[in-house]
Amino acid sequence: MEPFALLLDTLTTTPSRKGKLALLSEYFRAAPDPDRGYALAALTDGLFPRLPLRRSLATLLETRVDPVLYALSRDYVGDTAETVALLWPEPTDRPPPPRLSEVVTAIANAPPSEIAGTLGHLLDRLDTRGRWALLKLVGGAPRVGVSARLAKTALAEIRPDTAAHAVGVSDIEEIWHALEPPYTDLFLWLEGKAPRPDAGGKPVFRPLMLAHAIEEQDWASFAPEDFAAEWKWDGIRVQIAAHGGHVRIFSRTGDDISRSFPEIVSAFERHDVLADGELLVARRGVVAAFNDLQQRLNRKVVTGKMLKDHPAHVRLYDLLIVDGEDLRELSFRERRLRLEAWHSAHGPPLTDVSPLVPFETRAELDALWADAREASIEGLMLKRWTSPYLSGRPRGHWFKWKRAALTLDCVLMYAQRGSGKRSSYYSDYTFGVWREIENPEAATGPRGDIYPGHELVPVGKAYSGMTDAELIEIDRFVRNHTVEQFGPVRAVEPRLVLEVAFDAIFPSPRHKSGLAMRFPRIHRIRWDKPAVEADTLTAAQRLVANAANALAR
Amino acid sequence: MRAAGVDQWLYPTPRGLYCAPAGVYIDPARPVERAIVTHGHSDHARPGNGAVLATAETIEIMKVRLGTEAAGRFEPAAYGATTNLDGVAVRLVPAGHVLGSAQVVLEWNGQRAVVSGDYKRSPDPTCAPFEVVPCDVFVTEATFALPVFRHEHAASEIARLLASMRRNPDRAHLVGAYGLGKCQRVIRLVREAGYDAPIYLHGAHLAITELYAKLGVDLGDCRAVPDDKSADLAGALVIGPPSAIADRWSRRFPDPVTAFASGWMRIKGRVRQSGVELPLVISDHADWPELISTILETSAEDVWVTHGREDALVYELTRRGLKARALALVGFDEEGE
Ligand SMILES: [Zn+2]
Ligand SMILES: [Zn+2]
Repeated sequence: MEPFALLLDTLTTTPSRKGKLALLSEYFRAAPDPDRGYALAALTDGLFPRLPLRRSLATLLETRVDPVLYALSRDYVGDTAETVALLWPEPTDRPPPPRLSEVVTAIANAPPSEIAGTLGHLLDRLDTRGRWALLKLVGGAPRVGVSARLAKTALAEIRPDTAAHAVGVSDIEEIWHALEPPYTDLFLWLEGKAPRPDAGGKPVFRPLMLAHAIEEQDWASFAPEDFAAEWKWDGIRVQIAAHGGHVRIFSRTGDDISRSFPEIVSAFERHDVLADGELLVARRGVVAAFNDLQQRLNRKVVTGKMLKDHPAHVRLYDLLIVDGEDLRELSFRERRLRLEAWHSAHGPPLTDVSPLVPFETRAELDALWADAREASIEGLMLKRWTSPYLSGRPRGHWFKWKRAALTLDCVLMYAQRGSGKRSSYYSDYTFGVWREIENPEAATGPRGDIYPGHELVPVGKAYSGMTDAELIEIDRFVRNHTVEQFGPVRAVEPRLVLEVAFDAIFPSPRHKSGLAMRFPRIHRIRWDKPAVEADTLTAAQRLVANAANALAR
Repeated sequence: MRAAGVDQWLYPTPRGLYCAPAGVYIDPARPVERAIVTHGHSDHARPGNGAVLATAETIEIMKVRLGTEAAGRFEPAAYGATTNLDGVAVRLVPAGHVLGSAQVVLEWNGQRAVVSGDYKRSPDPTCAPFEVVPCDVFVTEATFALPVFRHEHAASEIARLLASMRRNPDRAHLVGAYGLGKCQRVIRLVREAGYDAPIYLHGAHLAITELYAKLGVDLGDCRAVPDDKSADLAGALVIGPPSAIADRWSRRFPDPVTAFASGWMRIKGRVRQSGVELPLVISDHADWPELISTILETSAEDVWVTHGREDALVYELTRRGLKARALALVGFDEEGE
C-alpha cells in the first residue's frame, strides 16, 4: 500500500504530463503483481463502487478521537478523509502495513455491516499517507489528475527496449475491455514475458472512426459522386460488440454502458458482430428528443417502467466485424452492402439501418440540409464511398455537416451558487473552449493532462436552459469535481461538456477570449462527450466570421 | 500548589513576557532595557534592546542578521550556566529548535518557570537536543498544536527529495526553506543521505549558512547561485527563501521542480496554496505528540500557551487534568516555517 500511496500523493502535486508519466511508469515497473494491477484499476475504472463512507467514518471516529479535537481539526483541514487520515491515532506498535492487494481483497469481501470495522483495522496498519490513500480509494476514483488514457500511455512505456515490438496506447485499448483487474497477463505481455493477451471469447472495443466538421476548403474539393449522405441522428454514438453470447455496448470513449440498456444487450445476444450506430429512444419507429435518451443514460438500475416509457433503439450505420470476418479494410460502399445484407437476414429487434439519403448534386444536398427540420436530425453525415474504417479522426473521409443552429460544445470551468430558490445549487456556469498554449510559461488555464498543449479560455456564462433534474446532476458533478473553492464559486475539473446555444456571437475585446455570446443557455449536457473533443477557440471565431459573411450577403 | 503565584512575578505586558524581580523581558516585542532572547528568529530576536542575554550562537546570529549594533550590550551565557539577575537565577537550556536556541529557566521564591521559546524533540544534527527541565510553570509554543500535525521523519522526507532528483535529472530542484535553521538542517540531512555535489543558495541564505559552518556545523560545498543567467543548474539542488520560490527569481532555472520544507506541508490545502510540486514535511517546531509528551515530562502544574493554536492545546491539557491557559503575547506571528 505504501508505494501506491506515495504514487497518489506525489501525483496530486505534479503538474506536468511528462512528470506524471515518469511517476506512473516508474511505479508500474517496480511494483509487484497483483498490486500494480489494482493500482491501474484504481486509476482507470475505479476499484470500488463509491462506499457510503460518511457514516462508517463517523462510527469509527467516535471511539477513537475526541469530538472537540476532531471538530477543530476538520475546520482547519477542510476535508474529511484527509482529517481522519491525519488524526487517526498511531498505535505504539504498528503491525506491518498491508499490501494494496490485501486492502482490495479485505474491502471487497467485507459484508456491508463490517465495512467500518474492516476499514478501522486497515487504518491501524497504515501511516498517514497510506491512510489518506485508503480513504481516497474507498471514496471513489481518486482524483489525482490522471486520465485513464494517461495511465495507459504510461503502461505502454514500461515495455523494455529489448522487446520485439513497441506497444502503443491503442494496442492496449483494443484489448482493455477483455481484461480484468489485476491485469497480470497485460503486465506480462508489456514486459515481453508473454504473448499479447487474447481477447478471445469476450467482446472488445475498437476505437471508433470519427468525422470532421466540414469546412469551406472541404467544399472546394467536394465531388457529389464520391460521397454517401446519411442523416446525422441526435442520439449518442455507440459501438455494439457481440461475441460468444456476450454483448457490450460501448460509448465513443470506450466506456461500457451495457448495464443501462439491457434490452439492446439481449437483442444482440445470439449474434457475432461489431457494429457502429446511433443509440436513440424511439417509440413505434419515431425517434424521441435527446432529452428522453438522457433519462436512460447513467442509470445503474433500469426499471421496467423506464424500459417501457423510454424504449431504446439502435440505428446502425456501419459493420466492422461479422462472424469473425474483419470488414474494416473494405470500402464504405462494400461495408454498407454487407450491413444491409446482414440486417435483412438477421437484423436484431430494436435496430434498423440508417437510410442513405440520395442526392446527385451539391444543390440537392444543400436543399436537403436546409430542409431538415425534424428534432431528431442534427444535420448530415457525408462519407467517402472508398474509405476503409479507420480508427481515430482521419482527414478527408467522413464529414459532419451540422444544422445551422448556433451552438458550441464548451467545457464547464466554474460554477457559482444561484440565488433565490436555487441558492443551494451551483446553477451559474462559466464555460470555455480550448485554445492552443502559445506560451507555456504564461499559461493560466486549468492544468492537467486533459488536452495536452491546450488550455481553456472562458467564452461565456449561462444559468438557464437546463431542467431541474439536470440542475441537480450538474450540481452533483460540481461538488464531486471541485478543484478549488473561492467563496461561492467553485473551479471544477475540466471534464463536463455543455452544448451551449446562443442567439449571436460577436467580437468583444473586453473578454479574455475576445468573444461574447448573446443570451447563451445550456442546450444540452454532453455526459457522453470527452472534454478533449469540445470546441476550440478557432471554431468559435469561425462562427463569428460566418455570421459576418451571412450579414454581408 | 507550587505553581500558584508564579504569575505574580512572571506575566505578559505590552512589551512582552516580563520577569518583574529580575527586571527582564523574554523575547520582547518592543525595545527594553534588559532582555533575554531565546533564539535568533525575527519574532523573538529584535534590535534596539539595552542588554541582551542569550547563548553565544544566538548572539552571533543576531549580529549577522541585525548588525553588530543590534543591542547596547551582548551578554553570552553558556547552556547550563546560572546567571543571577537581582536574585532570580536564570539558566539557558537547549531547546532543539535552531542553532543556539534556548529555553529560559527562571527560579525565584522557591518556584521554577521554564519559558521554552520555540522547540522540537525530533533529532536535528545542526543543534543541541531539547532538555527536559522539571518545573512548576511551563510556557510552551503552539505553532502546530492541532492533532492533525504529526511531522514525518525528516530523513524520509529528504529521501523523497533525492528520489525526485534522480527521477528528474535534467531539472533543478528549488527548495524553499526558512533561512535560519531550516535551510542548514536540510543541507546537513542531504549530506548525511550521501549527496555531496555543491548546493546552491539564494543570496539571502548565504551569510547565516556561512556562520553555521564557522560555528562548526559541517555543510559541505555551498555556493551562491551564480548571477549569470545562462549558468547551467539543470539537476542542481538550490535552496532559497520560500517567497523566492514562487517569484521571478525562480524563472532563471530551467524547468525547476519546486519544493517547500515546512511543517505546514502536512496539510494538502496549504500545499495547494503554496503551489509547489514537492512538499516536504520538515519542521523545526514540536508537533502535537511532542507538545503533549514534553509538557507531561516537565510535570508542570500550570501550562501557559503562546503563539499558535492555543485553543486545541488548552482543551487537551485541561482534559488531562492540567491547568492550562492561553497567554496573549504580542508580536508573534506564524513563524516562517
Ligand atoms: Zn523560532
Ligand atoms: Zn516562534
